[in-house]
Amino acid sequence: MALGSSSASAKKPTSGRPARYSAFDIFKRGVTHEDWPRTFTQHDLKKSYDVVIIGAGVHGLACAYYLAKNHGITNVAVLDKAYMGGGGSGRNTAIIRSNYLTPEGVRFYDRSVKLYEGLAADLNYNVMFSQRGHLTLAHNDASMRTMAWRAEVNKLQGINSSVIDAEEVGKIVPYLDVSKNTRYPILGALYHPPGGIIRHDAVNWGYARGADHMGVEIHQQTEVLSIETKEGKVTGVNTSRGHISTNMVVSATAGWASTISDMVGVKMPLITHPLQAAVTEPVKVFLPAVIVSGSLHVYVSQTDRGELVFGASVDPYPSYSMRGSLEFTEGLATHILELIPSIGSLKLLRQWAGLCDMTPDYSPIMGFTPVEGFVVDVGWGTYGYKAGPVSGETMAQLVATGKTPELISAFSLDRFADGRLVGEKGAASVGH
Amino acid sequence: MIIIDCPHCGPRNSTEFRHAGEAGHKRPVATTDPAEWRYYLYVHDNPMGWTRETWFHGSGCRKFFSAERNTVTNEFRWIAPFGQGPAHTEESGA
Ligand SMILES: Cc1cc2nc3c(=O)[nH]c(=O)nc-3n(C[C@H](O)[C@H](O)[C@H](O)COP(=O)(O)OP(=O)(O)OC[C@H]3O[C@@H](n4cnc5c(N)ncnc54)[C@H](O)[C@@H]3O)c2cc1C
Ligand SMILES: [Zn+2]
Repeated sequence: MALGSSSASAKKPTSGRPARYSAFDIFKRGVTHEDWPRTFTQHDLKKSYDVVIIGAGVHGLACAYYLAKNHGITNVAVLDKAYMGGGGSGRNTAIIRSNYLTPEGVRFYDRSVKLYEGLAADLNYNVMFSQRGHLTLAHNDASMRTMAWRAEVNKLQGINSSVIDAEEVGKIVPYLDVSKNTRYPILGALYHPPGGIIRHDAVNWGYARGADHMGVEIHQQTEVLSIETKEGKVTGVNTSRGHISTNMVVSATAGWASTISDMVGVKMPLITHPLQAAVTEPVKVFLPAVIVSGSLHVYVSQTDRGELVFGASVDPYPSYSMRGSLEFTEGLATHILELIPSIGSLKLLRQWAGLCDMTPDYSPIMGFTPVEGFVVDVGWGTYGYKAGPVSGETMAQLVATGKTPELISAFSLDRFADGRLVGEKGAASVGH
Repeated sequence: MIIIDCPHCGPRNSTEFRHAGEAGHKRPVATTDPAEWRYYLYVHDNPMGWTRETWFHGSGCRKFFSAERNTVTNEFRWIAPFGQGPAHTEESGA
């Protein structure tokens, strides 16, 4: 388990600039066997912070990072009841893409892809963003129409996205069964070349390290038990390690978001469902792109290590349990073998589950709430990893300026009362 | 594999059932305003822990029934024909 560092051995750089990783450093330490510096430091909990972020997943960490980097706000604590990156941010299948269905969604996720493209350099951390291409298969006329719709919306926003036929699909992914006499023949696909996968742990650790070096404190095993308000304004939080005074709380708690907003009496349109994934033993790299099939409820990609990573739709009933189920593995195996029959003898190594805070429209809930000083970055469902950078950037801007950035104005909590839903189900229910 | 003890059919695999929602989630009167309709449609308690809910035995007796389940462990405390749980009131959602 990753627990940052012990305060005894860690020496915090005083310059405020991260000790940079470099090829020379690897060589030098290879020769001298000198220890690597700790990625982030452990602190005592202070009595007060300017901003308290609940949840040390990619969203909370990115928000802290951009608060410090873009706005110079560093008196910030990121609290997590468990360990950094132990929620959805360490359990997802790391698919990054921007080929959504609504103009609001496409614009927003595209900004995230752009930030991901520059992230390794920005964080000085190898995040292994591999833009290998993303294919959403269509097995019937209705899906072909949705793909055409998505492609047109995408193109209007300047996104590289188009509909291709079965023959072209077969050329890009030779192992896929594109023959006509299968139960669910592949008619075509939405092809999105900039989509791909990333090393999610590196993103989490890179943001944590960057934020830590600028003065942000990351507190693991620090559970928020209640939030104090006075006359409708946040005044502090009670944690398992003591009380903190603050006027600004950001909830970035994904699957647990309802439990946090309940603390201030803000009701959320969220239902928590487990989402499962599984991985096979590693084999020689043969799968060049990310493959999603909505009709077969399955998606797959191959890591650089050679493992196949599979996922599907959420478990059918609400739960906060993170246990895998046999039903999931059975369904997965049946469906994936329809697509790629040749992997029949591969063994599954592991399966796991994470919690997803599902919204009615498959879009997030970002911004202010009726309680002053309580802002949310939640509703990330099954699709929020790709949004980490842009959410961190925009939420930091919101906290620093007190104004909702244009890019996220469509995702406000009051859209549900006003009936302004941003329907992304057609682009997010199976392919996350 | 989770087994659910249907009050009409006995223990069956959970794949035969559909979760039909939180108990006490009452539909507003037809003449209500759009905001209340939307609240009814979209907002949920989503509790972490014990909760009363309605289930549907879709691949069995096709009847709705009531239950109290722990959403962290998926353990059922009781399962009863619709509306008949211990001290069950129509309003209680928790
Ligand atoms: C199997 C699976 C596959 C997925 N695949 C993809 C994908 O391919 N692409 C994609 O974009 N998204 C994917 N997702 C979704 C994505 O993982 C999440 O949307 C995203 O990680 C949410 O990040 P977060 O930082 O908001 O929350 P999390 O990473 O879940 O962090 C929330 C944190 O809050 C902490 N917390 C909760 N309650 C408290 C409390 N009371 N006090 C203190 N801390 C608390 C938790 O410990 C946790 O660490 C997938 C999810 C799963 C489960
Ligand atoms: Zn029955």
